[in-house]
Amino acid sequence: MLEIKGLEASIGDKQILRGIDLVVPSGEVHAVMGPNGAGKSTLGYVLSGRAGYEATAGLATFNGADLLDIEPEERAALGLFLAFQYPVELPGVGNANFLRTALNALRRARGEAEMDAPGFLKLARAEMKRLSMPDDMLKRNVNVGFSGGEKKRNEVLQMAILRPKLAILDETDSGLDIDALRIVADGVNALRGPDFSALVITHYQRLLEYIVPDRVHVLVSGRIIRSGGPELALELEANGYAGMVADAA
Amino acid sequence: MSASVPTTRLQATADAFLTRFAGIKASLPGDKSLRERAAATVRSKGLPGPREEAWRYTQLRPLTDVTFETPLHADVDAQALLGRLPEIAAPHLVFVDGRFRADLSTASSMVRTGAPSFGSGARPDFDPMVALNTMLAEDGVAISVPHDVDGGTIVLASLATGQNGRAIAFHPRHSVNLADGAKLTLIEIGLGDGVYFHNPVVTVSVAHGASLTHLRLQTESEQAFVLSTVYADVASDGTYDSFQLATGGRLARAEIHATLSGPNAIAHLNAAQLLAGSQHADFTTIVSHDAPNCASRQTVKTVLTGKSRGVFQGKIEVARAAQKTDGYQMNQALLLSPDAEMDSKPQLEIYADDVKCSHGATVGELDAEQLFYLRSRGVPEAEARAMLVRAFLDEALEAITHEAGRAAMETAIAHWWDRQA
Repeated sequence: MLEIKGLEASIGDKQILRGIDLVVPSGEVHAVMGPNGAGKSTLGYVLSGRAGYEATAGLATFNGADLLDIEPEERAALGLFLAFQYPVELPGVGNANFLRTALNALRRARGEAEMDAPGFLKLARAEMKRLSMPDDMLKRNVNVGFSGGEKKRNEVLQMAILRPKLAILDETDSGLDIDALRIVADGVNALRGPDFSALVITHYQRLLEYIVPDRVHVLVSGRIIRSGGPELALELEANGYAGMVADAA
Repeated sequence: MSASVPTTRLQATADAFLTRFAGIKASLPGDKSLRERAAATVRSKGLPGPREEAWRYTQLRPLTDVTFETPLHADVDAQALLGRLPEIAAPHLVFVDGRFRADLSTASSMVRTGAPSFGSGARPDFDPMVALNTMLAEDGVAISVPHDVDGGTIVLASLATGQNGRAIAFHPRHSVNLADGAKLTLIEIGLGDGVYFHNPVVTVSVAHGASLTHLRLQTESEQAFVLSTVYADVASDGTYDSFQLATGGRLARAEIHATLSGPNAIAHLNAAQLLAGSQHADFTTIVSHDAPNCASRQTVKTVLTGKSRGVFQGKIEVARAAQKTDGYQMNQALLLSPDAEMDSKPQLEIYADDVKCSHGATVGELDAEQLFYLRSRGVPEAEARAMLVRAFLDEALEAITHEAGRAAMETAIAHWWDRQA
């Protein structure tokens, strides 16, 4: 379970998050929707520990462990995974080497045995098949020369292999056509279960037709101004954020 | 005048080498007049100083702090150093403290030993380090691969024992000649302990359609002075494919002159330098395109930590006759510490009008976003940094197709990184 209480964060001297309260119980998928500049990506970065995105007040715990005081790799070892809005290119790092290094780093951190190369390849090939990814994507350098859709599918492949307990999807739908969107959504849905939760950060309701959330939260100007069921996303789609901001004011 | 002080010190060091030459010249093998000509150059020009353009970024001042003695003739025990050589299944030519050791080497019909082999490519009247080498060279090998023969792989190793604290200087002189259509991979390895001055010169001649792969692994003592020079001449349809990895030396410079003298000749001068502490390493190349339709490629990567200093000087000269030249040079440095410094000097001199020449230089730090991406996937920071450093080097390393040679380079890189942790 992810618990966020009174979370505040600034970038430089500009306050972006102004006191966020949010609980995502295990097994649930929650959506955070909001207009540009509301602080959606900042929330993802603060939770995953990106340098320059430190919390200035408040708490965030995952299954009781304080997230904010530990390194990004320690958060990953607890089961956190940030799917990037703009996945980073790593020239000179092969995708297979990257995935296996990450998987074995997590296994080591959890006191599990490392996976050998043949075992890893078998796992990776099976997951790639499910995500309709060609085998050569394992041989290519991480995200280098990938199309927007391939980069997002590569994020979902990492998720499928690393098996996080909490996934934060930062605008994973941006730049995806409808077929890629469906593949990505299927990848996330395949992970759903009692030990998996997700925070789906998105601007549009479209992704939520494929990843149906248990709860929807509306983030505006660094605060959650409304929460509700999946129908809240439809209301936003019909009326826009402006109407809701006016109601909340 | 304060500027004259280092010159005086350099002169004193040059004088010491001249005194040594006077003492041993009667017993030196080979052409006496060549030695005397080289000595005349050393006498008139001394060692290169800061006012010489080619030596502006690499100053030999630290060399003047050390008094170098004559190498011991005794067969010193080199077993421990031998154990540090990477495992490469190929004939080995082993030098210990600058002297050939038949007892540690493999005999080969392609190799002549017992005396320095001067070749014809290097110019002692022109190049001060070649002059010093030519004056004092006592040993070396001549490797010759006959017409259309694939000579396989030969390892040329230089081990320096440190001689229990006696600083010595040695100036081996080697030649490599590939006849028409011949092939060879030469893996040159330098390693050692303590303070010494290693000043090798290798002249390379690649005849028509021949191909030399020249891999150089410079993992010398971090207290050593290592100033090496290669002169390579590549005839029509020939290939000189070289890669140097340097992790050693207190003050190191590798200078390569490659002349593409016949049409369709190819030269690759790739390198990686990994520097720490107060090390200084310089990779200097002079590629002369003298014939049409030739290609040269240089990818040079330097990783710097501590207060280390890296230098890359790359000159591409395209003669008027060298139409359709394809020259490429890329030089990139990764600074892992705010106190490290990189000096980069690309130079193009083009006298032909139909050529394609490009060069680029970048200096940067590890990318924070890439580092965060890896860490967010669970890779610990130190491992993530190692991965990104290795990735930075990849472009230079990927050109090495010789498997055992490449494995030796990879191991040296991993060891270097482990020492930084």
